[in-house]
Amino acid sequence: MARANGDGSGLLAALLGAIVSGTVRVVDLTMTLDRRTPTLVLPPELGQSWPFRMEEISRYDHRGPAHYWNNLSCGEHTGTHFDAPIHWVSGRDLPNNATDTVPAELFLAHASVVDCSAEAARDPDFLLTVEAVEAWEGTHGPIPSRSWLLMRTDWSRRSDPAAYLNMGEEGANTPGPHPDLVRWLIEERDVVGFGCEAVGTDAGQAAHFKMPFPCHHMMHGHGRFGLPALANLDKLPPQGAVVIAAPLKIRQGSGSPVRALALVEDAPRAAP
Amino acid sequence: MAEGRRGYEGIAVCAPATVPYTRYAIRSAHWFCGRALAATIEAAGIRKSDIDGYCVSSFTLAPDSAVGLMQHLGLSPRWLDHIPMGGASGVVALRRAARAVQAGDAEIVACIGADTNHVDSFRETVASFSQFANDAVYPYGSGGPNSSFAFLTDHYMRTFDAKREDFGRLCIAQRRNARAVPYAMMRRPLTMDRYLEARVVAAPLRLFDCVMPCAGAEACLVMTSDRARSLGLPHAEILATIERHNAFPDDPIQIRGGWAVDADALYDQAGLGPEDVDVVQAYDDYPVICFMQIEDLGFCAKGEAGAFVAARDLTTDGDFPFNSSGGQLSAGQAGAGGGFLGLVETVRQLTGRPVGRQVAGARSGLVSCFGMINYDRGLCSAAAILGSAGP
Amino acid sequence: MSRPPPPPRRKDPRARTRLPTLPPGNRSREALGMTAMAAQGRFALQRCRDCRKVQYPPRQICGGCLGDALEWRDLPDGGTLLAETRLEHSNDLYFRDRLPWRLGVVAADAGPSIVVHLAEDCETGARVRLALRLDRAGNAVVTARPETPDGGEGDDMQLREMAFGPRHRRVLIVDGKTAMGLALARAFAAAGARDVFIGHARPWRRSPHLEAARAVDRATLFPLDVTDTRSVADLAAMIGDKVEIMVNNGYHLRMGGAVDRCDLNTAHEEMQIHYHGLLRLAGSFGPAMRARGADGHHGAVAWLNLFSAYAWVNNPALGTYSASQAAALSLAQCLRAELARGGVRVVNAFHGPIEDEWHQLAPPPKLVPETAARRIVAALEKGVEDVPVGAVAEEILARWRENPKEIERAVRL
Repeated sequence: MARANGDGSGLLAALLGAIVSGTVRVVDLTMTLDRRTPTLVLPPELGQSWPFRMEEISRYDHRGPAHYWNNLSCGEHTGTHFDAPIHWVSGRDLPNNATDTVPAELFLAHASVVDCSAEAARDPDFLLTVEAVEAWEGTHGPIPSRSWLLMRTDWSRRSDPAAYLNMGEEGANTPGPHPDLVRWLIEERDVVGFGCEAVGTDAGQAAHFKMPFPCHHMMHGHGRFGLPALANLDKLPPQGAVVIAAPLKIRQGSGSPVRALALVEDAPRAAP
Repeated sequence: MAEGRRGYEGIAVCAPATVPYTRYAIRSAHWFCGRALAATIEAAGIRKSDIDGYCVSSFTLAPDSAVGLMQHLGLSPRWLDHIPMGGASGVVALRRAARAVQAGDAEIVACIGADTNHVDSFRETVASFSQFANDAVYPYGSGGPNSSFAFLTDHYMRTFDAKREDFGRLCIAQRRNARAVPYAMMRRPLTMDRYLEARVVAAPLRLFDCVMPCAGAEACLVMTSDRARSLGLPHAEILATIERHNAFPDDPIQIRGGWAVDADALYDQAGLGPEDVDVVQAYDDYPVICFMQIEDLGFCAKGEAGAFVAARDLTTDGDFPFNSSGGQLSAGQAGAGGGFLGLVETVRQLTGRPVGRQVAGARSGLVSCFGMINYDRGLCSAAAILGSAGP
Repeated sequence: MSRPPPPPRRKDPRARTRLPTLPPGNRSREALGMTAMAAQGRFALQRCRDCRKVQYPPRQICGGCLGDALEWRDLPDGGTLLAETRLEHSNDLYFRDRLPWRLGVVAADAGPSIVVHLAEDCETGARVRLALRLDRAGNAVVTARPETPDGGEGDDMQLREMAFGPRHRRVLIVDGKTAMGLALARAFAAAGARDVFIGHARPWRRSPHLEAARAVDRATLFPLDVTDTRSVADLAAMIGDKVEIMVNNGYHLRMGGAVDRCDLNTAHEEMQIHYHGLLRLAGSFGPAMRARGADGHHGAVAWLNLFSAYAWVNNPALGTYSASQAAALSLAQCLRAELARGGVRVVNAFHGPIEDEWHQLAPPPKLVPETAARRIVAALEKGVEDVPVGAVAEEILARWRENPKEIERAVRL
């Protein structure tokens, strides 16, 4: 293992130096959490996730003259968040499947970013297929194992919560992965998980698929993760970025809001 | 009804005293009581230790009662009464005191009606006057007695076709009587035009129909005639008294008082009739209640007081001398002191020592009292006939 | 004859707002029995069970037979006006601000003579109709109107002080996404509300009712989520000084009790909307409403809460829902006491099962929102404080008053 050297000659020192100099950019992939942050819409007779709420404890006032702080409440799967395998029934018996037991090194991984923004703009129910990803690999090279597959749709630019959730009478109309792609990503590419910009990793209409919610069912059933509600995927290169997305260490948590970051090493000619 | 009632032979009223009235005072009710007592003692030429009985009436003595006043003034009486009957207190005090003296329970009883009037004390008094008033009158416009007497006046006018001029004549005559009375707060002559055009207070009542609350005190002494004579005190004697509470409870609105029940008993006991009375003092916070007393005490028939007042002259020089010191409508209403005003003035007239003008040849006087609008009507009525004790 | 209230004008920013004052509120315990009757919109006086003498003012001992069995009985409300006055002077600040003030003495058909607040168009000697109303201090008073009055109580300057109708006033309906919210918006607009502000939460949930509410006369829609402190505060910052009638109509109903289908999250959501929601609204809108209790002829007057009748008695099939309604009802009592200083009335309307998606299996009769809304507006116009809406709620309240144990054991959905 490489040692961190105080003289700046180690690997991490080089990384920090690159961040400081701007050769490595830090891209914030996180939505701002606030009271308007949309959460998944389920049939009203089912259990519901709490929205993000903040109650002031004190603000330099009679409740606490020197300090400002808040109490927060929200569901685990609120805003940009991490889905652990235990989130789904298919992953409930896996080892190390919860926020406190997933090995920490898995919170850092390479990202392959497939741009589907044009397709999603044409068709909100757009499904990303194996064929499309194979074509993408033809251009950008194969997806390395232990990588996130991130599906860019520019969905996060929809600032109106109703447009973002895009609910219709038959459910949500938001893009997501085709069931075959999910299986292929696990079996053929050994991804660490699937990330996207919509409120959940499955497509809005996934409840009506033959296997409902295939991304949740198969990814979590195979110990993989989800990383929905990402932002700024347009600022990532197709290949080469490193994503850091660690959930809160909640005992037996099924997920948690995260501050997702990406490290991007710019090619000399690709400076924005 | 008067059968078997004992008379008041040998009981005297004397030493009338008045603490001059002021619109507002910073003194307490204790001060007014104390000054009234001092004045009556001085008039009688006795010491305070000579007085062994007290009858006290005051709205503003709270939280004290007559008991606390005794310690306050350094008195040790063997007989004490507190009479919370407002405008009826004077005659009621006289009745109580006379019987105490007759029975030997006290030798000299001082009767005192006194109230102060701080800037806000009238409002405080009416705002917590009684349970029924708190519950069922004061929340309705908070007019105090003005609104209650407005109802009675309105109803009287409609029922008996009375006119404002009828009330005006009474008010104008009383004001004329007040012109020589130094403690009367209103002595400016009242004309019918001023009376009729005054600002409305509670329709149909206008300013000169309404008594003005003020601070002041009235007092006198009750003792045996023998004792009065031995002290060399001019005095009047009690010929008859009556008292009645909550008369005619089934009348839907008040058009008469307890006098209508008991007037015959009063005259029987006095051995006089209304026509024999030389001077009348009637409780007069509003003229309509004077009309009811004039009627109920037999000076005219029910509903005819307007015509009666128009036909007679109510001034001290007239043929029906009425409220000869100007009454409360000129002097002001010194709280419970107002209930003693007529009594004290009657003693003065019958002993030939008026503060204002003497009614010539006055040998008998009727004093009538009325008090306590607990809800919709005055509950307490009382009257006494006094006679001069001769030379 | 009536002095109708002038139409509202825009507020003069240079003028000092008139501070709220209240009529005298010092009442005996017995008189508060009359307040209980007025709160229900009843004309009831004490009557002796033994000698049947009707008593007024209220007392503890019969003025006829000295018995103590005095019962509040609904009685004929007719009477004859014996005398009247028009006060041009008052000892009390509240009335001084509102002079002249007309009063009368009525010989009630029921027996006693009663001092009353008098409508402008009453004539002495004529027949009148008596009513118990709550004054701005929240206590019962007796009013008299002609047997056949010209207009509504809200059209009489004086009786308007004891009514809380929406005419010329600006109303905030908290939840416009329900059928009841829409019906209320329409009913308030029809009753002459100056503005109908309509709140709506959770923009991703479409509501045909909200779409229809857009078309209501003088309606304006605002985002308002009572589970969100900031959302409530934001709206109060925008229109808090204009709301004269608050209509807190949000509800969240799910099946489940404490043992059967115990669900903390559902209970939490119910509390969020019913209890914490009311608390947030009170904290944000209450201060301005209380301060504007005497702001002209059309100042803030009423805070209406739409509660379930199960606030009084728990329906175990809706156990946590009922409990959260009870919590909100308790908070409404606190609010009532606090708003009373400004003369702002808290009115609680209690409904039974509503004809909506959450009462699918409730047996009829179910409340039609339009009927309920009209009833609620009428209650505000009458100044009633506790309003059971519909047959089920009326029955629950009547049985609760008679025997709380009986109804506790009998309530089932």
